Amino acid sequence: MSTAASAAPADPDQAARQGWIGLLARAPARRLAALFPELPAHEPLRRPETGTVMVRGRLGATGAAFNLGEMTVTRCSLRLASGAVGHAQVQGRNKGHALRAAALDALMQGPEAERLRRQVLDPLAAEEAARRANRAAKAAATKVDFFTMVRGEDS
Amino acid sequence: MYVAVKGGERAIDAAHALLAEERRGDTAIAELSVAQIREQLRLAVNRVMAEGSLYDPDLAALAIKQARGDLIEAIFLIRAYRTTLPRFGASRPVDTGKMACLRRISATFKDAPGGQVLGPTFDYTHRLLDFKLMAEGGAETAAEAPEPASVDPAPMPHIAEFLNRDGLIETDAPSDAEPGDLTRNPMQLPADRALRMQALTRGDEGFLLSLAYSTQRGYGRTHAFVGELRIGMVEVEMEIPELGFAVTVGEIELTECETVNQFQGSKTEPPQFTKGYGLVFGQSERKAISLSLVDRALRWQELGEEGQGVPAQDQEFVLMHADNVQATGFLEHIKLPHYVDFQSELELIRKLRAEAQAAPARADSPAEETAE
Repeated sequence: MSTAASAAPADPDQAARQGWIGLLARAPARRLAALFPELPAHEPLRRPETGTVMVRGRLGATGAAFNLGEMTVTRCSLRLASGAVGHAQVQGRNKGHALRAAALDALMQGPEAERLRRQVLDPLAAEEAARRANRAAKAAATKVDFFTMVRGEDS
Repeated sequence: MYVAVKGGERAIDAAHALLAEERRGDTAIAELSVAQIREQLRLAVNRVMAEGSLYDPDLAALAIKQARGDLIEAIFLIRAYRTTLPRFGASRPVDTGKMACLRRISATFKDAPGGQVLGPTFDYTHRLLDFKLMAEGGAETAAEAPEPASVDPAPMPHIAEFLNRDGLIETDAPSDAEPGDLTRNPMQLPADRALRMQALTRGDEGFLLSLAYSTQRGYGRTHAFVGELRIGMVEVEMEIPELGFAVTVGEIELTECETVNQFQGSKTEPPQFTKGYGLVFGQSERKAISLSLVDRALRWQELGEEGQGVPAQDQEFVLMHADNVQATGFLEHIKLPHYVDFQSELELIRKLRAEAQAAPARADSPAEETAE
């Protein structure tokens, strides 16, 4: 699903981590808060901070990179009592979103991963897939079906 | 001489209070929420994000509310806010080939793989006022029931790729050279294409539209076809140093336009089509098409074309006048107090007039003057 897969990660653990970090970044903040309301005890390494990322494009879609404009991003890093470290960089200015994403990134590296995958990540992924499918279906409904009129001289 | 004058504070405070009251309008009418602006005035929000050069729909909606719907004022607010934020870095170049398209059309290939997807377009509407929208509460239009069979999840290839296979169109070789950034360093002319694109994509839509239109009317004709226009979501990926790999930080909506233009060929190049390109935040196809035409017009030198001395081919003219915040700042500053400057002008003109009135007398009677 994520284009991050194009980075061709060396090991499957990294691919899995890229997957959940991307999913958590794209998730609606309110939905994440509903699915994961209680933050675990943690030590902040970098408190949530809002800044920007310069988004780049390519000239002619495939050519040289250029600066398109910035987007707001909030980042956060923390350490759990277990020692696991979590990072987050999420679109927008919602500090709670970044905190939850960082906490989940750390927790997903520990023994609670399976439970959290079931309770948080799977529902988020399913909802995202449904959102995307819905949008794709609505776009597809506007696809043109051309038909050719039979002309006199051809018959 | 500079003379400091005080005394406007009370008037300024009262003016700002009046501004707030006018902004609110009739209090018998419900107040607009920022979320309503974000959701229901999406194209205004998109324009403020594109020209404010900051993708954040909530902030753009807030700016529109604060600016009472004056989009250039809203863009100014966003530009000012942006300067208060630290920059964490730059994304990888977005891959528009993987865009989840809401709209994708081609004016050059009817049967393009992926098809002609109209999306939420104003095209083919009759431009008649829809009074149903005036009826409050009602007028809820049901979403068109999609046919599941027609949903094609495969990514839509760029149309230019088909022409590429036969070498009929120029190719843009990928390069990851660090592009110049006009928000960090003042723009130097001549600017390369990457820097021009940054200036144009945050440039004023109306200015670019007029320039693009001027090329169509003959001031630097490049005979453009819209090879492809697409609107949709792309993921933004960024390398995270702490992780040592790239992750998705979010998703943004973009409009991309590629034009196919004529090219005669040169001594070294066989004739082939050339391209103009435009990429803009949000749904903004008028801007994306305008950008493509202006981008193509500005490439005349690198393509070995003859300059026609027209505005759209003049880098300095285009790039130095495209920014509506800069333009507004300089234009509107002349309404601010210039009492001292004007006083000196007044004195100068009185002196010149006095001299001019004295002069004819001298010219008419040189004898008298010498006699004196």
